[in-house]
Amino acid sequence: MNPNNYLVLAGILFTIGAFGVLVRRNAIIVFMSVEMMLNAANLAFVAASHITGTLDGQAAAFFVMVVAAAEVVVGLAIIVVIFRTRRSASIDEASLLKY
Amino acid sequence: MTGEVVIFWVTAIFSVAGAVGMVISRKAVHSALWVAFTMINLAVLYFSLGGAFLGTTQIVVYTGAVMMLFLFVLMIVGVDSSDSLIETIKGQRIVGTIFAFAMGALLTSAITTTGFSAAAGVAGANEASGGNIEGLAQLIFGRYLLAFEVTSALLITAALGAMVLAHNERWTPRKTQAQLQRERTLAGHPTPMPSPGVLALHNSVDTPALLPDGSPSQESLPRIFKSVQHPDDSTNNEVTS
Repeated sequence: MNPNNYLVLAGILFTIGAFGVLVRRNAIIVFMSVEMMLNAANLAFVAASHITGTLDGQAAAFFVMVVAAAEVVVGLAIIVVIFRTRRSASIDEASLLKY
Repeated sequence: MTGEVVIFWVTAIFSVAGAVGMVISRKAVHSALWVAFTMINLAVLYFSLGGAFLGTTQIVVYTGAVMMLFLFVLMIVGVDSSDSLIETIKGQRIVGTIFAFAMGALLTSAITTTGFSAAAGVAGANEASGGNIEGLAQLIFGRYLLAFEVTSALLITAALGAMVLAHNERWTPRKTQAQLQRERTLAGHPTPMPSPGVLALHNSVDTPALLPDGSPSQESLPRIFKSVQHPDDSTNNEVTS
């Protein structure tokens, strides 16, 4: 099978994730869309590993997973703190830094 | 059709369906379940691409840890919190949709025109180092050792950051049982407060109990739910009063 199919699938998943980040207003769904984009990047890494026949792509995907886990922990903590003070999970509410 | 082709098309259709479901779901809980579905499909794809370790890690870390963390936060933030439909930036939805589709078309065309025609497959690399896990271990603890060490610093920093963000400093000393009892007696309500949900349509903690005359009792709610008005309250009261 043509290995481009894997990369195209990764591109489609990344596009859907980017669409979610641009369009949705709920902070948690935006965050899930970011996770989707990271997963698409992971798929591209694993597909690259498959294409080149080396394991370097899989090692890179492993590091992406670690960074994604750390990012989720801090991001969700920030969402919880904002919800505690402002009683809202909408990303339009947290605009205090603008002024 | 080989097994790889079948697995690819099945998981590709399922994972794209899961991603679309995540974006168009009204409720955040449904989105979380769709994301978990997509991630399991991606794990199957990793297995078929010769990444047994990554497929297992994907299931354990993403569907096991990350998505459960999401669900926990959803329980804190409120399952019912849905999107506001007000656009703060005019036309943002349409422009965002156009940009997303343009980027998808750009990525697809770029990959299909300049991509690869044949794949070497990682089976050889797995064999050479005695297995997928052994090969990855040689890379992570060999060539990428520095990145691995930096990763540990990142994880510790993230854990500390989450602890600092989620920590609540107690500024007043904790009240003793005797103090609590004295306050309660002086406040004129020595018995326990009514429990939420009594005689109401739901028995969840955010539904106020109904008094004998049918009016909701705000006293029955826990402190953090006092301001929340349950969506069924209005109909509930009309029926009973």
